[in-house]
Amino acid sequence: MGLLDKEFSENNILITTTENLFNWARLSSLWQVGFGLACCAIEMMATSASHYDFDRFGVIPRPSPRQSDVIIVSGTVTLKMALRVKRLYEQMPDPKYVISMGSCSNCGGPYWEHGYHVLKGVDRVIPVDVYVPGCPPRPEALLEGLLKLQEKIRYESITKKNNEIV
Amino acid sequence: MKSFEEISELLKNNFSDIHFEFHPEAKFEPYILVPANKIDTVCLFLRDNNELYFDSLINLSAVDDFNGNKIKDDKGNEIMQGGTMSIYYHMESIKFRHKLLIKVILDRDNPSVNSVTSIWNCANWHEREAFDLFGINFNNHPDLRRILMPYDWEFGHPLRKDYQNPEFYQGMKVPY
Repeated sequence: MGLLDKEFSENNILITTTENLFNWARLSSLWQVGFGLACCAIEMMATSASHYDFDRFGVIPRPSPRQSDVIIVSGTVTLKMALRVKRLYEQMPDPKYVISMGSCSNCGGPYWEHGYHVLKGVDRVIPVDVYVPGCPPRPEALLEGLLKLQEKIRYESITKKNNEIV
Repeated sequence: MKSFEEISELLKNNFSDIHFEFHPEAKFEPYILVPANKIDTVCLFLRDNNELYFDSLINLSAVDDFNGNKIKDDKGNEIMQGGTMSIYYHMESIKFRHKLLIKVILDRDNPSVNSVTSIWNCANWHEREAFDLFGINFNNHPDLRRILMPYDWEFGHPLRKDYQNPEFYQGMKVPY
Protein backbone atom coordinates (compact mmCIF):
# COMPACT_ATOMS: atom_id res chain seq x y z
CA MET A 1 0.00 0.00 0.00
CA GLY A 2 3.04 2.23 0.35
CA LEU A 3 3.04 3.08 -3.33
CA LEU A 4 -0.65 3.91 -3.42
CA ASP A 5 -0.38 6.04 -0.27
CA LYS A 6 2.37 8.13 -1.78
CA GLU A 7 0.80 8.34 -5.22
CA PHE A 8 -2.50 9.51 -3.83
CA SER A 9 -1.26 11.75 -1.06
CA GLU A 10 -1.95 14.71 -3.31
CA ASN A 11 -4.41 15.12 -6.15
CA ASN A 12 -3.34 12.70 -8.83
CA ILE A 13 -4.56 10.45 -11.56
CA LEU A 14 -3.89 6.82 -12.43
CA ILE A 15 -4.12 5.68 -16.03
CA THR A 16 -5.11 2.16 -16.90
CA THR A 17 -7.42 0.31 -19.26
CA THR A 18 -10.94 -0.61 -18.18
CA GLU A 19 -10.03 -4.21 -18.87
CA ASN A 20 -7.14 -4.07 -16.43
CA LEU A 21 -9.23 -2.28 -13.84
CA PHE A 22 -12.09 -4.77 -14.03
CA ASN A 23 -9.77 -7.75 -14.05
CA TRP A 24 -7.88 -6.39 -11.06
CA ALA A 25 -11.12 -5.80 -9.18
CA ARG A 26 -12.44 -9.25 -10.03
CA LEU A 27 -9.36 -11.19 -9.11
CA SER A 28 -8.87 -9.31 -5.87
CA SER A 29 -12.28 -10.09 -4.41
CA LEU A 30 -13.26 -13.59 -5.43
CA TRP A 31 -16.15 -14.44 -3.18
CA GLN A 32 -16.74 -18.15 -2.98
CA VAL A 33 -19.96 -20.06 -2.53
CA GLY A 34 -19.94 -21.22 1.08
CA PHE A 35 -20.43 -24.89 0.44
CA GLY A 36 -18.41 -28.06 0.83
CA LEU A 37 -18.94 -31.67 -0.17
CA ALA A 38 -16.55 -34.04 1.54
CA CYS A 39 -13.15 -34.27 3.22
CA CYS A 40 -11.75 -31.65 0.81
CA ALA A 41 -14.15 -29.22 2.45
CA ILE A 42 -12.23 -29.69 5.70
CA GLU A 43 -9.06 -28.58 3.93
CA MET A 44 -10.97 -25.72 2.33
CA MET A 45 -12.14 -24.61 5.77
CA ALA A 46 -8.57 -24.88 7.03
CA THR A 47 -7.53 -22.67 4.14
CA SER A 48 -10.15 -20.13 5.19
CA ALA A 49 -9.04 -20.22 8.81
CA SER A 50 -6.45 -17.96 10.35
CA HIS A 51 -3.38 -20.07 9.66
CA TYR A 52 -3.67 -19.97 5.85
CA ASP A 53 -6.07 -17.03 5.72
CA PHE A 54 -7.90 -17.16 2.39
CA ASP A 55 -9.17 -13.68 3.16
CA ARG A 56 -5.80 -12.11 2.33
CA PHE A 57 -6.57 -12.95 -1.32
CA GLY A 58 -10.05 -11.49 -0.99
CA VAL A 59 -11.77 -14.85 -0.76
CA ILE A 60 -14.65 -14.96 1.66
CA PRO A 61 -17.43 -17.53 1.76
CA ARG A 62 -20.86 -16.14 0.89
CA PRO A 63 -24.07 -17.78 2.06
CA SER A 64 -25.76 -17.36 -1.31
CA PRO A 65 -24.64 -18.28 -4.82
CA ARG A 66 -26.16 -15.01 -6.03
CA GLN A 67 -23.44 -13.08 -4.18
CA SER A 68 -20.60 -15.32 -5.29
CA ASP A 69 -17.95 -15.23 -7.98
CA VAL A 70 -16.28 -18.60 -7.59
CA ILE A 71 -17.49 -22.04 -6.62
CA ILE A 72 -14.92 -24.40 -5.13
CA VAL A 73 -16.17 -27.93 -5.72
CA SER A 74 -14.51 -29.48 -2.70
CA GLY A 75 -15.10 -33.20 -2.63
CA THR A 76 -16.89 -36.18 -4.10
CA VAL A 77 -19.67 -35.14 -6.43
CA THR A 78 -22.33 -37.82 -6.21
CA LEU A 79 -24.89 -38.15 -8.96
CA LYS A 80 -27.50 -36.91 -6.53
CA MET A 81 -25.40 -33.87 -5.64
CA ALA A 82 -24.33 -33.17 -9.23
CA LEU A 83 -27.76 -31.81 -10.07
CA ARG A 84 -27.57 -29.50 -7.06
CA VAL A 85 -24.03 -28.36 -7.91
CA LYS A 86 -25.23 -27.55 -11.40
CA ARG A 87 -28.15 -25.57 -10.01
CA LEU A 88 -25.86 -23.64 -7.64
CA TYR A 89 -23.58 -22.81 -10.54
CA GLU A 90 -26.49 -21.63 -12.65
CA GLN A 91 -27.69 -19.38 -9.83
CA MET A 92 -24.37 -17.53 -9.71
CA PRO A 93 -24.18 -14.23 -11.60
CA ASP A 94 -21.63 -13.79 -14.38
CA PRO A 95 -18.65 -13.59 -14.37
CA LYS A 96 -18.31 -16.86 -12.52
CA TYR A 97 -15.46 -19.29 -12.03
CA VAL A 98 -15.08 -22.87 -10.93
CA ILE A 99 -12.24 -24.48 -9.00
CA SER A 100 -12.39 -28.25 -8.94
CA MET A 101 -10.66 -29.32 -5.75
CA GLY A 102 -9.29 -32.82 -5.25
CA SER A 103 -9.20 -36.06 -7.21
CA CYS A 104 -12.89 -36.90 -6.71
CA SER A 105 -14.16 -33.77 -8.28
CA ASN A 106 -11.44 -33.82 -10.95
CA CYS A 107 -12.09 -37.32 -12.25
CA GLY A 108 -13.92 -39.47 -9.71
CA GLY A 109 -10.83 -40.21 -7.64
CA PRO A 110 -10.88 -43.56 -5.83
CA TYR A 111 -14.47 -44.08 -6.97
CA TRP A 112 -13.60 -44.03 -10.64
CA GLU A 113 -14.33 -47.72 -11.24
CA HIS A 114 -16.76 -49.04 -8.64
CA GLY A 115 -18.40 -45.82 -7.50
CA TYR A 116 -21.92 -46.48 -8.72
CA HIS A 117 -23.03 -43.20 -7.15
CA VAL A 118 -20.19 -40.87 -8.15
CA LEU A 119 -19.97 -38.47 -11.04
CA LYS A 120 -16.58 -39.07 -12.66
CA GLY A 121 -15.47 -35.46 -12.73
CA VAL A 122 -17.50 -32.33 -12.04
CA ASP A 123 -16.53 -31.05 -15.49
CA ARG A 124 -19.26 -33.31 -16.83
CA VAL A 125 -21.86 -30.87 -15.49
CA ILE A 126 -20.15 -27.48 -15.14
CA PRO A 127 -17.13 -25.89 -16.89
CA VAL A 128 -14.01 -25.96 -14.70
CA ASP A 129 -11.36 -23.24 -14.73
CA VAL A 130 -8.73 -24.70 -12.41
CA TYR A 131 -8.17 -28.29 -11.32
CA VAL A 132 -6.38 -28.77 -8.01
CA PRO A 133 -4.96 -32.31 -7.66
CA GLY A 134 -4.59 -34.06 -4.33
CA CYS A 135 -6.54 -36.33 -2.06
CA PRO A 136 -7.30 -34.06 -0.36
CA PRO A 137 -5.07 -31.17 -1.52
CA ARG A 138 -3.14 -29.37 1.18
CA PRO A 139 -4.24 -25.79 1.84
CA GLU A 140 -1.09 -24.66 0.02
CA ALA A 141 -2.29 -26.50 -3.08
CA LEU A 142 -5.68 -24.81 -2.92
CA LEU A 143 -3.96 -21.45 -2.54
CA GLU A 144 -1.86 -22.28 -5.59
CA GLY A 145 -5.05 -23.12 -7.46
CA LEU A 146 -6.53 -19.79 -6.47
CA LEU A 147 -3.41 -17.96 -7.64
CA LYS A 148 -3.70 -19.79 -10.97
CA LEU A 149 -7.30 -18.63 -11.23
CA GLN A 150 -6.25 -15.07 -10.43
CA GLU A 151 -3.61 -15.35 -13.14
CA LYS A 152 -6.27 -16.50 -15.55
CA ILE A 153 -8.57 -13.61 -14.67
CA ARG A 154 -5.72 -11.10 -14.92
CA TYR A 155 -5.29 -11.92 -18.62
CA GLU A 156 -8.98 -12.04 -19.44
CA SER A 157 -10.15 -9.79 -22.23
CA ILE A 158 -13.50 -8.40 -23.25
CA THR A 159 -12.62 -8.67 -26.90
CA LYS A 160 -10.55 -11.82 -26.96
CA LYS A 161 -11.47 -15.06 -25.25
CA ASN A 162 -9.00 -16.96 -23.11
CA ASN A 163 -5.81 -15.30 -24.27
CA GLU A 164 -2.43 -15.72 -22.65
CA ILE A 165 -3.39 -18.35 -20.16
CA VAL A 166 -0.38 -19.13 -18.04
CA MET B 1 -25.72 -59.81 32.07
CA LYS B 2 -26.85 -62.92 30.21
CA SER B 3 -24.65 -65.24 28.20
CA PHE B 4 -25.57 -66.39 24.73
CA GLU B 5 -26.62 -69.78 26.10
CA GLU B 6 -28.94 -68.22 28.67
CA ILE B 7 -30.56 -66.03 26.03
CA SER B 8 -30.98 -69.09 23.78
CA GLU B 9 -32.62 -70.98 26.64
CA LEU B 10 -35.05 -68.13 27.29
CA LEU B 11 -36.04 -67.97 23.64
CA LYS B 12 -36.51 -71.73 23.42
CA ASN B 13 -38.75 -71.78 26.49
CA ASN B 14 -40.90 -68.85 25.41
CA PHE B 15 -41.39 -69.78 21.76
CA SER B 16 -42.00 -73.51 21.62
CA ASP B 17 -43.68 -73.12 18.21
CA ILE B 18 -40.79 -71.30 16.51
CA HIS B 19 -37.84 -73.23 15.17
CA PHE B 20 -34.64 -71.34 16.03
CA GLU B 21 -31.20 -72.32 14.87
CA PHE B 22 -28.53 -71.52 17.45
CA HIS B 23 -24.96 -71.03 16.30
CA PRO B 24 -22.86 -70.56 19.45
CA GLU B 25 -19.68 -71.67 17.65
CA ALA B 26 -20.01 -69.35 14.66
CA LYS B 27 -16.72 -68.08 13.28
CA PHE B 28 -16.79 -64.46 14.38
CA GLU B 29 -19.76 -63.99 16.66
CA PRO B 30 -22.46 -66.39 17.91
CA TYR B 31 -25.82 -65.77 16.30
CA ILE B 32 -29.39 -67.03 16.30
CA LEU B 33 -31.17 -67.76 13.05
CA VAL B 34 -34.81 -66.73 13.28
CA PRO B 35 -37.49 -67.61 10.73
CA ALA B 36 -38.13 -64.49 8.63
CA ASN B 37 -41.87 -64.36 9.29
CA LYS B 38 -41.34 -64.33 13.07
CA ILE B 39 -38.70 -61.63 13.37
CA ASP B 40 -41.02 -58.90 14.66
CA THR B 41 -42.55 -61.17 17.32
CA VAL B 42 -39.14 -62.30 18.51
CA CYS B 43 -37.71 -58.79 18.53
CA LEU B 44 -40.64 -57.46 20.53
CA PHE B 45 -40.06 -60.20 23.08
CA LEU B 46 -36.33 -59.48 23.23
CA ARG B 47 -37.01 -55.82 23.90
CA ASP B 48 -39.82 -56.23 26.43
CA ASN B 49 -38.65 -59.22 28.42
CA ASN B 50 -37.54 -58.11 31.88
CA GLU B 51 -34.47 -60.32 31.92
CA LEU B 52 -33.27 -59.42 28.41
CA TYR B 53 -34.35 -55.82 27.87
CA PHE B 54 -32.66 -55.26 24.51
CA ASP B 55 -33.47 -51.56 24.37
CA SER B 56 -31.01 -50.64 21.65
CA LEU B 57 -30.70 -51.86 18.07
CA ILE B 58 -27.07 -51.15 17.26
CA ASN B 59 -27.18 -52.05 13.61
CA LEU B 60 -29.30 -53.61 10.94
CA SER B 61 -27.50 -54.66 7.81
CA ALA B 62 -28.26 -56.73 4.76
CA VAL B 63 -26.00 -59.08 2.84
CA ASP B 64 -26.42 -60.41 -0.67
CA ASP B 65 -25.34 -64.03 -0.27
CA PHE B 66 -25.20 -64.50 -4.05
CA ASN B 67 -25.63 -68.25 -3.83
CA GLY B 68 -28.22 -68.91 -6.51
CA ASN B 69 -27.80 -70.00 -10.11
CA LYS B 70 -25.78 -67.74 -12.36
CA ILE B 71 -27.49 -67.25 -15.70
CA LYS B 72 -26.96 -64.93 -18.64
CA ASP B 73 -29.67 -62.43 -19.49
CA ASP B 74 -30.50 -61.39 -23.04
CA LYS B 75 -27.73 -58.74 -23.02
CA GLY B 76 -25.08 -61.28 -22.01
CA ASN B 77 -24.75 -59.96 -18.46
CA GLU B 78 -24.41 -62.46 -15.66
CA ILE B 79 -27.37 -62.29 -13.31
CA MET B 80 -28.46 -64.39 -10.39
CA GLN B 81 -31.57 -66.47 -10.10
CA GLY B 82 -32.74 -67.86 -6.77
CA GLY B 83 -30.49 -67.90 -3.74
CA THR B 84 -30.81 -65.95 -0.53
CA MET B 85 -30.24 -62.64 1.15
CA SER B 86 -29.60 -62.21 4.86
CA ILE B 87 -30.32 -59.49 7.35
CA TYR B 88 -28.33 -59.16 10.54
CA TYR B 89 -29.72 -57.46 13.63
CA HIS B 90 -27.16 -56.42 16.24
CA MET B 91 -28.78 -55.45 19.49
CA GLU B 92 -27.65 -54.50 22.94
CA SER B 93 -29.19 -54.09 26.35
CA ILE B 94 -27.74 -50.91 27.79
CA LYS B 95 -29.22 -51.80 31.15
CA PHE B 96 -27.77 -55.33 31.38
CA ARG B 97 -24.74 -54.89 29.12
CA HIS B 98 -25.35 -57.92 26.96
CA LYS B 99 -25.41 -58.13 23.20
CA LEU B 100 -27.02 -60.40 20.65
CA LEU B 101 -26.78 -61.05 16.95
CA ILE B 102 -29.83 -62.29 15.07
CA LYS B 103 -29.93 -63.37 11.46
CA VAL B 104 -32.80 -63.93 9.08
CA ILE B 105 -32.58 -65.46 5.64
CA LEU B 106 -34.78 -64.21 2.83
CA ASP B 107 -35.61 -65.35 -0.66
CA ARG B 108 -33.37 -63.35 -3.00
CA ASP B 109 -35.85 -63.04 -5.84
CA ASN B 110 -38.51 -61.47 -3.65
CA PRO B 111 -36.92 -60.42 -0.36
CA SER B 112 -39.49 -59.28 2.12
CA VAL B 113 -39.60 -59.21 5.90
CA ASN B 114 -41.60 -57.46 8.61
CA SER B 115 -40.27 -54.13 9.74
CA VAL B 116 -38.95 -53.67 13.28
CA THR B 117 -39.34 -49.89 13.18
CA SER B 118 -42.30 -50.08 15.54
CA ILE B 119 -40.03 -51.85 18.04
CA TRP B 120 -36.87 -49.78 17.70
CA ASN B 121 -37.46 -46.44 16.05
CA CYS B 122 -33.84 -46.26 14.95
CA ALA B 123 -34.47 -49.16 12.57
CA ASN B 124 -36.32 -46.75 10.30
CA TRP B 125 -33.33 -45.44 8.38
CA HIS B 126 -31.43 -48.74 8.55
CA GLU B 127 -34.32 -50.44 6.82
CA ARG B 128 -34.58 -47.67 4.29
CA GLU B 129 -30.88 -48.18 3.53
CA ALA B 130 -31.33 -51.92 3.13
CA PHE B 131 -34.27 -51.24 0.84
CA ASP B 132 -32.33 -48.67 -1.16
CA LEU B 133 -29.17 -50.69 -1.69
CA PHE B 134 -30.49 -54.28 -1.69
CA GLY B 135 -34.16 -53.96 -2.62
CA ILE B 136 -35.45 -55.66 0.51
CA ASN B 137 -39.08 -54.86 1.23
CA PHE B 138 -39.91 -54.18 4.85
CA ASN B 139 -43.62 -54.76 5.48
CA ASN B 140 -45.38 -52.16 7.63
CA HIS B 141 -42.49 -49.72 7.36
CA PRO B 142 -43.87 -46.17 7.83
CA ASP B 143 -41.79 -44.51 5.11
CA LEU B 144 -40.03 -46.94 2.78
CA ARG B 145 -38.29 -44.57 0.36
CA ARG B 146 -34.76 -44.54 -0.96
CA ILE B 147 -32.40 -42.86 1.48
CA LEU B 148 -29.00 -42.64 -0.25
CA MET B 149 -29.56 -42.97 -3.98
CA PRO B 150 -31.62 -40.27 -5.76
CA TYR B 151 -35.36 -40.67 -5.34
CA ASP B 152 -35.80 -41.05 -9.09
CA TRP B 153 -33.13 -43.77 -9.40
CA GLU B 154 -34.69 -46.45 -11.56
CA PHE B 155 -31.72 -48.69 -12.27
CA GLY B 156 -32.07 -51.10 -9.38
CA HIS B 157 -30.31 -51.60 -6.09
CA PRO B 158 -26.55 -51.01 -6.30
CA LEU B 159 -25.22 -53.41 -3.66
CA ARG B 160 -26.82 -56.44 -5.24
CA LYS B 161 -23.95 -58.43 -6.68
CA ASP B 162 -25.45 -58.64 -10.17
CA TYR B 163 -26.21 -54.91 -10.34
CA GLN B 164 -25.42 -53.16 -13.62
CA ASN B 165 -24.62 -49.46 -13.55
CA PRO B 166 -26.58 -47.41 -16.11
CA GLU B 167 -24.87 -45.61 -18.98
CA PHE B 168 -26.58 -42.28 -18.24
CA TYR B 169 -28.46 -40.70 -15.34
CA GLN B 170 -30.30 -37.41 -15.98
CA GLY B 171 -28.11 -36.75 -19.00
CA MET B 172 -24.89 -37.33 -17.07
CA LYS B 173 -22.59 -40.11 -18.21
CA VAL B 174 -22.04 -42.51 -15.33
CA PRO B 175 -19.13 -44.83 -16.33
CA TYR B 176 -15.59 -43.47 -16.16
